[in-house]
Amino acid sequence: MKKIDKERLLLGIAAPVLAIVVAFLVTALVLAATGKEPFSAFGIMFDYGLKSDSQVYILNKATTYYLAGLAVAVGFRMNLFNIGVDGQYRLAAFFAAAVGGALTLPGALQIPLIILTAMIVGAMWAGIAGVLKVTRGVSEVVSTIMLNAIATAVIGYLLQQGRLGHLDEAGTKISTKPLPESSHFFEFPTTPSPVWGFIVVAVVAGVAYWFTLSRTRFGFDLRTVGQSGSAAEASGVDVKKMVITSMLISGAVAGLIGMPTLLNDSYEYSGDFPVGIGFTGIAIALLGRNHPVGIALGALLWGFLERGTGKLEFEGYDKEIVGVIQGVIVLCVVIAYEVVRRFGLKRQQSKVGAELAAQAARNNDQQEVSA
Amino acid sequence: MELRGITKRFPGVVANHDIDITVRRGTVHALVGENGAGKSTLMKILYGMQKPDEGTIAVDGEQVSFHNPGDAIARGIGMVHQHFMLADYLTVLENVVLGSEKLYGIGDRARAKIKEISDSYGLGVRPDAMVEDLGVADRQRVEILKVLYRGARTLILDEPTAVLVPQEVDALFDNLRELKAEGLTVIFISHKLGEVLSVADEITVIRRGTTVGTADPKSTTTKQLAELMVGSELPSPETRESTVTDVPMLTVDGMRLSATDPDGVVRSVLDGIGFTIHKGEVLGIAGVEGNGQSELVDAIMGMRQLDAGTVTLDGADISRTPTRKRREDGMGVIPEDRHRHGLLLEAPLWENRILGHVTERPNSKGAFLDLKGARADTERIVREYDVRTPGIDVTAASLSGGNQQKLIVGREMSHDPKLLIAAHPTRGVDVGAQAQIWDQIREARREGLAVLLISADLDELIGLSDTLRVMYRGRLVADADPATITPEELGSAMTGAATGHLEAPDDSGAEGAESADSTDTDPRNGGEDR
Repeated sequence: MKKIDKERLLLGIAAPVLAIVVAFLVTALVLAATGKEPFSAFGIMFDYGLKSDSQVYILNKATTYYLAGLAVAVGFRMNLFNIGVDGQYRLAAFFAAAVGGALTLPGALQIPLIILTAMIVGAMWAGIAGVLKVTRGVSEVVSTIMLNAIATAVIGYLLQQGRLGHLDEAGTKISTKPLPESSHFFEFPTTPSPVWGFIVVAVVAGVAYWFTLSRTRFGFDLRTVGQSGSAAEASGVDVKKMVITSMLISGAVAGLIGMPTLLNDSYEYSGDFPVGIGFTGIAIALLGRNHPVGIALGALLWGFLERGTGKLEFEGYDKEIVGVIQGVIVLCVVIAYEVVRRFGLKRQQSKVGAELAAQAARNNDQQEVSA
Repeated sequence: MELRGITKRFPGVVANHDIDITVRRGTVHALVGENGAGKSTLMKILYGMQKPDEGTIAVDGEQVSFHNPGDAIARGIGMVHQHFMLADYLTVLENVVLGSEKLYGIGDRARAKIKEISDSYGLGVRPDAMVEDLGVADRQRVEILKVLYRGARTLILDEPTAVLVPQEVDALFDNLRELKAEGLTVIFISHKLGEVLSVADEITVIRRGTTVGTADPKSTTTKQLAELMVGSELPSPETRESTVTDVPMLTVDGMRLSATDPDGVVRSVLDGIGFTIHKGEVLGIAGVEGNGQSELVDAIMGMRQLDAGTVTLDGADISRTPTRKRREDGMGVIPEDRHRHGLLLEAPLWENRILGHVTERPNSKGAFLDLKGARADTERIVREYDVRTPGIDVTAASLSGGNQQKLIVGREMSHDPKLLIAAHPTRGVDVGAQAQIWDQIREARREGLAVLLISADLDELIGLSDTLRVMYRGRLVADADPATITPEELGSAMTGAATGHLEAPDDSGAEGAESADSTDTDPRNGGEDR
């Protein structure tokens, strides 16, 4: 059966590659339509995007994106569309920053405490949607979107002086109280700028995700629900419990998204804390087919695109072009996966049919010979 | 209309082969066959929903090829589906003109046309009634009118009586006779032999995907027709020696289950269900589909909460036990709809082998999956249960129905079940696989397995069961001894015409202590007990 395995791998890679190629073609057309020369633009992107400082930038960005992709993928594997990753990670990062700023414990204690706070807050926020879904039948798409808005409002309310806000010395910026030096996460001393140590946590999270899904009973149940809710129920999975559990996990992973920025870069939560990464996570999970390695590649690609197109701005191109490429990639990916999936399934069906027919024919021949 | 040599293949299975049918104009032509015999596929071909791989279709002597239902409609062929396709919140008029606005407009002209059709065939359809207010029989007449409105001269009715009560069936047959008198042709699909004999002018029998003969309803009995349908050369499901012990394995007592339908009305789907299956016993449940059989299975599996009653498995009360625990405790299930409840179609075979038994060896050790063990055991199932597949890494979807079913049977049998729930275990399964599945059930029964068998195939029920019960409207209304009962008698009990203990009229040896109604009631006359 090695043959079909290889084929499946090929089909698996075919879709994203196809999507990316088409996306670049469409982008080239858009560039050409705006009267710019497309290929030199790509040249600039690749040139600049592969420089060593860009490499560091991409790795750091990808760390955040990877965690976002994982958080979304946990839901996807169960057919849950957790759009609320965005609100979950912002709220989680905010409270984690507040807790971290208020305490001055040794780093070995405080850093895990900050991370744990973030994961719990993320899980609770996502859990609300899970509970609503199983008890009241509220679609998680609707509830998580609304929870995003509520998260924004909650942060806005609490991030004020006298509450959890803290005015900096210049008196221009309001943020949570900065983390003490001891709570800064380690860095890899690369040049020109360091690679965030949180990349290690991201890798661990990826391995844990893979192991849980493909090697544990719990993961099997989760995938079963995702593939067929009715079969899962008949097989004895408590689907309601599963919905809540996976929302909690998705939220907990979402809680990690803000951590690389908080512990390795900003050390505080303020108005300029990155937003919208939850939605990026959806695109990356789609691109990576919910596979831990695929998500990693998707996250790196996303970082690369942002970095490369950032340079374009200085070369007279519109920087919105990055949005075009990303949008087109997501669109192409969704289409390409479905096309490839159907093609693969059909192909396998006819192949199995043909192989069995050949087997049957052989058996008949043998019978005739022996008769 | 003539069909010649129609063949349709699906991956790994031939649904139809060498179908030959001639339907004469102005007749009611019945097409009979068991579930899974290939009737529906044939009708889809005739209505342009699927294309045949081989063979020709001729209408009025002219060869045609249909690419979609539109082509068939243009040729005057219309279909009344088993499940109605009506919009509840529109009026009859709106439903009828929907999609055919160009024919007679959407106003008074259309209303007049509907009136005209309704009057000339005695359909009694009111154009301005809301569809949601109509009963099932009225809805069916609207469907028929819809087809006629589009100019159909040939009507295909797919199991039209399945949803009707006997009086409605009579009314429908009167309508069909009107249509016939006006020169229209009706193709009538059914597996209810009594009905077929009373309404059809000609009968074609389909078995295992091919036409096996035609019959003249005037000179044929239901018994002869049943023999044609089942085929005497087929492996018989009969079990010989009794293996029934007196150790109860599954006891259901006073089970009641109610459900809320879409209109918000709570009705009871199971009521007063009680039976015991002993070790080594096969209890067969007969009944027209939709009389509570699926709900019974769900309830025993623990997928639905009982409103009242208890379920006892091997001496332990499991009425409140979750499904997974019940399965671990030895409940094997061959589900009615294997695609929805028994398989992960896009997952490889070895993952399907884990499904439903993820907590048990060899699939897992503690909280972790044992991939090696599961794969090795899948190989064993494939070998021992003769699952025809090139390997265990192909998806379940790429196997034929029979092989999928053999995998499921193998999986469920591999965990030494105490109780096997087998719902339509041989539906849509080819002859060879059918015989194997029967053998496996028999063998397991010899080893002391208790089996709850639910089937629409009456011969299978009679042949495999040690005890028979008849289910009607959520109740067990009759019981019978499989040694003496015939499919016809069982069939009439399934319509609710007979209750109590069923006895063959010509068999004096049956123990008829609590015998109630007669068993020779024609299904069409039945239903007084409602």
